[in-house]
Amino acid sequence: MPDKKDDVYGDHISHTFNDELMNLKSEFLEMGGLVESQVDRAITALVDNDGHLADEVRATDKKVDKMEIELDEEATLILARRQPTARDLRLVVAVIKMVSDLERVGDEAKKIAKFAIKLSEEGQAPRGYVEVRHIGNHVLAMLHDALDAFARLDSEQALRIMKEDKRVDEEYQAATRTLLTFMMEDTRNISRCMSVMWILRALERVGDHACNIAENVIFMVKGEDVRHTPVEEAEKVVGR
Amino acid sequence: MNTMNPKISSEADGQSVESGEAVPLREQPEETIIEEGKTVGKPFADNPKFKLRNVSVAYGKDRAIKDISLDIGRNEVISFIGPSGCGKSTFLRCLNRMNDSIDICRITGQLMLEDEDIYSSKRDVVELRARVGMVFQKPNPFPKSIYDNVAYGPRIHGLANRKSELDDIVENSLRKAGLWNEAKDRLDSVATGMSGGQQQRLCIARAIAVSPEVILMDEPCSALDPIATARVEELISEMSESYTIVIVTHSMQQAARVSHRTAYFHLGHLVEVNETNKVFTSPEHDLTESYITGRFG
Repeated sequence: MPDKKDDVYGDHISHTFNDELMNLKSEFLEMGGLVESQVDRAITALVDNDGHLADEVRATDKKVDKMEIELDEEATLILARRQPTARDLRLVVAVIKMVSDLERVGDEAKKIAKFAIKLSEEGQAPRGYVEVRHIGNHVLAMLHDALDAFARLDSEQALRIMKEDKRVDEEYQAATRTLLTFMMEDTRNISRCMSVMWILRALERVGDHACNIAENVIFMVKGEDVRHTPVEEAEKVVGR
Repeated sequence: MNTMNPKISSEADGQSVESGEAVPLREQPEETIIEEGKTVGKPFADNPKFKLRNVSVAYGKDRAIKDISLDIGRNEVISFIGPSGCGKSTFLRCLNRMNDSIDICRITGQLMLEDEDIYSSKRDVVELRARVGMVFQKPNPFPKSIYDNVAYGPRIHGLANRKSELDDIVENSLRKAGLWNEAKDRLDSVATGMSGGQQQRLCIARAIAVSPEVILMDEPCSALDPIATARVEELISEMSESYTIVIVTHSMQQAARVSHRTAYFHLGHLVEVNETNKVFTSPEHDLTESYITGRFG
């Protein structure tokens, strides 16, 4: 557990309230770390043709689901017991929402693992794996930075992640075009390329969820909702 | 008297040389300095019911209220919150001159009700208190019948010429206070025999029997159970259609539930006034945040 003195959620009169909020925060980060490794391992399983690792990723998703339920329960109990206000309230509300994002990232990892198994069984030459690795690394970094921004309540870093999302979208479009040319070259590639397309789509969604987390971090720090607003607006909020 | 001396910090004030007064400094973020007379948020309103400017209150040498300016809107429910001894009750009691009975209490500044000076020497205090009614922390019915409790005000103010008119006033007031169904068959029984929640609603009925414009409530629910509290809160939101309501409360959830705006008091300063929704989700001032999140108080 983090040092109470250094944590803005650790200076209430009620020590048990401190513990509850800080537990919520650290357990959320724990779930984030697990989900991060799920995505990473799913990509590795795909690129390395490692069906065994892909099976592990699929099995571990149950743990992610369990953590989602536990975190939601803890957040609900804090609302019921403490009626938090201001930044405490924003933390609890944001965690409830971000937990859903993490759980869905977990689902995307599971999806990638499923395709990894399918593709390794088909055993053909890899197509589009370079793009998968590239976009995969990019969204993993975003997810990591989003969790880091949450841990440090760093709204500026959260803003950078929001901006990064546009680049992922561009990379995704470019990769889609590359795969289309593979399909046009030889129609026997279509089934395989479609699978890779789904994987890329899953990774792009991971980027979106990282972005959602970043938006919630800005809400926690600044108290303003920057969802569905242009990045320039979010920039003004963070600059305040 | 330095009551109008603007822009001095609370720290400086705590060690004020000229008056030698000692303002107790509570646990608070060290770097936070409150500028006197400076309130963040939205303390002012258009066409207000009360217009209060540069109000200071001192009990002898102790300054309880330091240069507060605030508007209270028509049909607004505004709640005053803050740690014990922050001056919120003192400020509330200025609004219908309940502090007059305290000899050492000195009030400066401008306090206007509908553009008339509350503290004007020509002001009839009895008439003022009929217009600005008050409900206290502990239910304080007279040791008389339920009927007589409600009829007391209208009688002394001569609001009813006939018994039937008085009956109507009593019934209407009890209905507005949500007490009619429980009390209609026992109007002649003694009021002190009622439950605490009923007694408090009786006090509200007694306050509204003289058709006030404003109702001041000083922690009206702190002696009530959750059900009675819910009834009184329901009553507050109904009454806000016809009255301006100022409520001092220690229950922040209550302030969040019933009021339109919330004012945060701290060591005699008015630190922040904002829409209640804003105060409880993202307050502007650090002190407000620390208090409502339970970091000191």
